Amino acid sequence: MGVVVYVPKDSASLSVGADGVAAAIQLEAVARGVEVTLKRNGSRGLFWLEPLVEVETTEGRVAYGPVSAADVPGLFEAGFLSGGDHALAHGPTDSIPYLKNQERLTFARMGVIEPLDLRAYQATGGLTGLMKAAGMAPEAIVAEVTESGLRGRGGAGFPTGIKWKTVGEQPEPQKYICCNADEGDSGTFADRMIMEGDPFALIEGMAIAGLAVGATEGYVYIRSEYPHAIATMKAAIGLMRAAGYLGADVAGSGKAFELHVRRGAGAYICGEESSMLESLEGKRGMVRAKPPIPAIAGLFGKPTVVNNVLSLAAVPTILAKGAAFYQDFGVGRSRGTQAFQLAGNIKHGGLVEKAFGLTLRELVEGFGGGTATGRPFRTAQLGGPLGAYVDDDMLDIEMDYESLAAAKAMLGHGGIVVFDDSVDMAQMARFAFEFCEIESCGKCTPCRVGAVRGKETVEKILAGREVAKNIALVEDLCEVMTDGSLCAMGGLTPMPVLSAMRLFPEDFDRAPAQAAE
Amino acid sequence: MAMTRQNAAPISGGDPDPVTEAVDLICGRYGDRPDALIEMFHDLQDGLGHVPETALKPIAKRLNLSRAEVHGVLSFYHDFHTKPVGRVVVKVCRAEACQSMGALPLIAQICDRLGVGLGSTSAGGSVTVEPVYCLGNCALAPAATVGGVLHGRVDAERVAALVTEMTGEAG
Ligand SMILES: Cc1cc2nc3c(=O)[nH]c(=O)nc-3n(C[C@H](O)[C@H](O)[C@H](O)COP(=O)(O)O)c2cc1C
Ligand code: SF4
Ligand code: FES
Repeated sequence: MGVVVYVPKDSASLSVGADGVAAAIQLEAVARGVEVTLKRNGSRGLFWLEPLVEVETTEGRVAYGPVSAADVPGLFEAGFLSGGDHALAHGPTDSIPYLKNQERLTFARMGVIEPLDLRAYQATGGLTGLMKAAGMAPEAIVAEVTESGLRGRGGAGFPTGIKWKTVGEQPEPQKYICCNADEGDSGTFADRMIMEGDPFALIEGMAIAGLAVGATEGYVYIRSEYPHAIATMKAAIGLMRAAGYLGADVAGSGKAFELHVRRGAGAYICGEESSMLESLEGKRGMVRAKPPIPAIAGLFGKPTVVNNVLSLAAVPTILAKGAAFYQDFGVGRSRGTQAFQLAGNIKHGGLVEKAFGLTLRELVEGFGGGTATGRPFRTAQLGGPLGAYVDDDMLDIEMDYESLAAAKAMLGHGGIVVFDDSVDMAQMARFAFEFCEIESCGKCTPCRVGAVRGKETVEKILAGREVAKNIALVEDLCEVMTDGSLCAMGGLTPMPVLSAMRLFPEDFDRAPAQAAE
Repeated sequence: MAMTRQNAAPISGGDPDPVTEAVDLICGRYGDRPDALIEMFHDLQDGLGHVPETALKPIAKRLNLSRAEVHGVLSFYHDFHTKPVGRVVVKVCRAEACQSMGALPLIAQICDRLGVGLGSTSAGGSVTVEPVYCLGNCALAPAATVGGVLHGRVDAERVAALVTEMTGEAG
């Protein structure tokens, strides 16, 4: 069997050469006549260290990274197969502060096992929640999720248990569970990590949701930009079905639950739940007017649970360990843990799962280590392209739904995109409108027309034309979009724009002379 | 893929043309379910490189939709091309996290090196460069895909080299 060596096959790891490293390790092992068993795990989420190679030693797993194929002979030379010292060595993986200081519940297994190893999944606590749920009354499952305090991790933060209760109460015999894996927000990758690195957890969560509300069919709507996630989820569904955790009799419950994967097609708006449902029906992703809410009339007009990947993947832990365990983490009405995603111009970009309530500074400076370029921090955009920009005075803000709302910001899907002092906030405001222009579904005028007008007006500001008048115009436009848009695409585009204008007025104060440069 | 007939026999009589044949195969794969229309477009594009206009009528017929409905769906989604694209498609992320790491100047450099405008195909048809909004690789920004393969922390040189590798031509 030989020494077990892990090289992640998460797509971020692959994007910086993990396959080449895996091949180099195998070649070198053959050349040296040593026996190595290569395992391809998910990523631990310490992306600046990818490809992060781990070796199983008598003292546990030890880490080396970022490893390139060219480093491999040197690693063998240094005796990395028995944990030998090397410039790229980080010691025991679990003791790396970035990892050790996290509270990993949903991501406990991430990077630890091979994603499609069902036995390893079970050995690390998987399927416990589903087995429990299979023996529970549906109402009891819903009550457990409600009590846990879990709120939707897709952006809106709606209590998951309450949504499930509504669907459960519908008399319709046909109901659906739809997992929103469109993950369009810049700065986010946690859904992708789950689907590539721990797909059984999501499937288990969906099966539990099916038992809880009486749904017999589910769909996972995965964005087309995630081919590895799509392939891994399809394979994982096949394995779960073969093992009896999906299909006609889910985990011996006597109840059926079937699961299908559907690809998105590069439309950000299809992350909005009603647009996603239209897309799942094979139509244009036009946002639906509410009411009715999807819980009452969703996919094909039937009662439908729409939940984000992270919401559903949190459920197995809640069922396995109990609502009290989960809701013990967090603060106020933000219970449990959140998968924060550190991205952009940040030294230590990656996934940080922590209980709600730590500060933004702890994330950006503590975990993140400041900017990647080494230049001063200027701003971070929280919660995706519709989220607010913050300045350094706001770094001590606590990361929970309520504190962020009070600071006119939002958590969204947990993305944190850091910028150094070279950023031009007027350009970012322009981009916010441009993005809305590109991605608007076009159903309502404030969004469709407002985005174009907003972009043009910021361009005038950038050119130094009638700056004061045009700033006022942007503010008016934002008010119209906020009040008059049918969904949060148009309704929240003002958030990045207005926060940039409020916190960084100097960037909008373009002198006409500057424009002539 | 098998559905692109390289040396198709001349179309004669009732013999379906290659596009119709691909449509029949793919729609059949999804049991002619209209809700799978986007999957069908993906499969067609995977096989043919784009979704040709001539596919719309046979799809509409099989799914019992109007041609206008099918066209409406096709045109809504950024992924689908109705015209042939380059032999290698480069997608460069221009969303915020990648912008924070210089994506906009990077895109200009890439276009410059490859001699192609953003959103278009080079004269010889070898390469298409397109913008994309987040590839989920935001901690390793800037990110791009070359021929469908994701790369992190890219620069223009690397992208050009990867394109050359795939086309066998100098960028
Ligand atoms: C423009 C727009 C894009 C969205 N994109 C996503 C997305 O990519 N993933 C997601 O889970 N939710 C997204 N949402 C939120 C969904 O509409 C919905 O609230 C969510 O999927 C519900 O699941 P949850 O309660 O588990 O969060 C988006 C909303 C809007 C307005
Ligand atoms: S706000 Fe924009 S995206 Fe939302 S429904 Fe209106 S036009 Fe469509
Ligand atoms: S913003 Fe470029 S990969 Fe996410």
